[in-house]
Amino acid sequence: MAKVIGAVVVDNEECKGCGLCVVACPQDVLSQNKQVNSRGYHYSFMKTPEACIGCSNCATVCPDTCITVYRVKL
Amino acid sequence: MGELRLMKGNEVIAEAAIRCGCDGYFGYPITPQSEVMETLMDREPWNETGMVVLQAESEIASIHMVYGAAASGKKVLTSSSSPGISLMSEGISYLAGAELPCLIVNVQRGGPGLGTIQPSQADYFQSTKGGGHGDYRLIVLAPSSVQEMNDFVELGFQLAFKYRNPALILTDGVIGQMMEKVVLADFIPRATEEEIDQKRGSWVTNGRKPNRQRNIITSLEMDSGRMEQNNLRLQAKYDRMEEEDVLFEELQCEDADYLLVAFGSSSRICQKAVDQAREKGIKVGLLRPITLFPFPKKPIAALAKRVKGILVVEMNAGQMIEDVQLAAGNVLPVMHFGRMGGIIPSPGEVVDALEQKLIGG
Amino acid sequence: MELADIINPNNLVYEKPKLLTENTMHYCPGCSHGVVHKLLAEVIEDLDIQEKTIGVSPVGCSVFAYNYIEIDWQEAAHGRAPAVATGIARTNPDKVVFTYQGDGDLASIGTAEILHACNRGENIVVIFINNGIYGMTGGQMAPTTLLGQITATTPNGRDAGRNGYPLKITELIAQLPGTSYVTRQSVHTPATIRRCKKAITKAFQAAMDKKGTSFVEVVSTCNMNWKMTPVKANEWMVENMFPFYKPGDLKDSSKTDPESYTPIKN
Repeated sequence: MAKVIGAVVVDNEECKGCGLCVVACPQDVLSQNKQVNSRGYHYSFMKTPEACIGCSNCATVCPDTCITVYRVKL
Repeated sequence: MGELRLMKGNEVIAEAAIRCGCDGYFGYPITPQSEVMETLMDREPWNETGMVVLQAESEIASIHMVYGAAASGKKVLTSSSSPGISLMSEGISYLAGAELPCLIVNVQRGGPGLGTIQPSQADYFQSTKGGGHGDYRLIVLAPSSVQEMNDFVELGFQLAFKYRNPALILTDGVIGQMMEKVVLADFIPRATEEEIDQKRGSWVTNGRKPNRQRNIITSLEMDSGRMEQNNLRLQAKYDRMEEEDVLFEELQCEDADYLLVAFGSSSRICQKAVDQAREKGIKVGLLRPITLFPFPKKPIAALAKRVKGILVVEMNAGQMIEDVQLAAGNVLPVMHFGRMGGIIPSPGEVVDALEQKLIGG
Repeated sequence: MELADIINPNNLVYEKPKLLTENTMHYCPGCSHGVVHKLLAEVIEDLDIQEKTIGVSPVGCSVFAYNYIEIDWQEAAHGRAPAVATGIARTNPDKVVFTYQGDGDLASIGTAEILHACNRGENIVVIFINNGIYGMTGGQMAPTTLLGQITATTPNGRDAGRNGYPLKITELIAQLPGTSYVTRQSVHTPATIRRCKKAITKAFQAAMDKKGTSFVEVVSTCNMNWKMTPVKANEWMVENMFPFYKPGDLKDSSKTDPESYTPIKN
């Protein structure tokens, strides 16, 4: 079975820290940063990047369209 | 020379709309103007010019349909009578705020409230001072004949497009229901989308073309500084109307000792009153404002310096008199004579009022 | 494989739709509006109709919808978007016109306009965001507020005797012969979002095919005024709103009776 690995890029300044992407991720990749962005939001980040499969669920549920997703089939 | 016909004022509005290349009419029945939409539906202009005619669920919906079509650059109108215009006031304020050209016809009836279906001129304030919320003005045209009902449809549109502002024909049940001979205008074809894009494309919302930015039609601005600028731009536009597009008519004012000021159907009565007064040896003239906004302040101010008194004749409790007083200044008596509730004054009553309020007094 | 090797344009699988503007949305964190805006942008892009689509935004939180999608927009008065859309669609029959309205706009102040536009079968798409509350004005009761639901004007919960019943306007609209496609969707999970996108696509296709009015309700959250986190609000919606506002198609004439509708005559 081909292994798939992915990566997400969060636009830290656009993220409002709603946390919807965190629960949408089937791989428990994302988490909310303890740091805040310039608007005071705890933006999302890849806590366990190696687990990402690039399924795009996080980006799909993101209301602020601040997540870009990449995927590679190995 | 156009086609000569004997027609009702309301019917002429419909015929003129078709002939001037209107794209759409949206309306709701109300006496005494229902013949406008009835005539349009009977004429079936969709077969002839492609003009859309739609009976809406309310006056509120009608005016917002006008908003949508006007914002897409189309030449559209609606008509109603006083209570219906009150319902439309929301939409008219939005049209003025979003700077959309359109034509609204008010065939006035007596109020307040449901009032009466008989003629009245009691919507002068509503028409000329805005009517809805916010600082805005409409271009207000007051026809005094069926011929002018015809002529002011295209004139109203021309002014509306010139200023990107709603224009209103303020008439009443007398002229709406009256039959007179009328020379109809020649047909003007409806503008094509290319013509709309060329002439009005900088603001129309008819689909973002590759050669332009997207357009947004809105009256909303949350930033107070920018909103004030929007208001100042509107006010400058209204000032320009007062400079460039005041229309009025003077009748026998050259040697007048007294002046009647009246618009619309009242001015027709006053024409006769002028004749009757002159038969009695009273030298009276008539000034008829044709545009109620912009108001003919300058000609009234000029005449105020020459005559001994002014009688403002309106079918209301005294509305235009305030504009006449402002224009004339405190240099002479300015009195009012009016009937209400749908009663049309006779020329004799006008002459009596002139004698009692100005000459005898 | 290094992260830098994965993050490469060749490996791109999801990015912001081109039709969304660069403006940061004014909505609260986690608001459903953002997701529906994104779906609209994607659908308009997929159908390649951005040059002939005109959006009509409402009054309410989504009053500024026009700031976010790169198409021509008109801002309508409160509740009047269906009338505005009628005016555009009737005089521009070759354009694609949609309204975007909330529950206060569509189901309260604009009830007459939406029912009559749908009943005439105007060739328009209606996107109806139902979160059971007035968001913009600070969380007052909406026509769709559930019985017992706490809002700023029902501080002890909506009481039928005092406040009337929640209005299932979508069920009313599905009765009207002018509508061809009436559906209730949500955007709280990746799967429902993908389903909602299909529904919006179908609605736009129906309008382009002159099939009459298409109506897409999106049962949504207003976590700010519900006073919950975005995640909790989604759970509350599933538990409380879905039993009353059941997701799914209410009417699909393309399946049942494609000939039942008399097209608009211009």
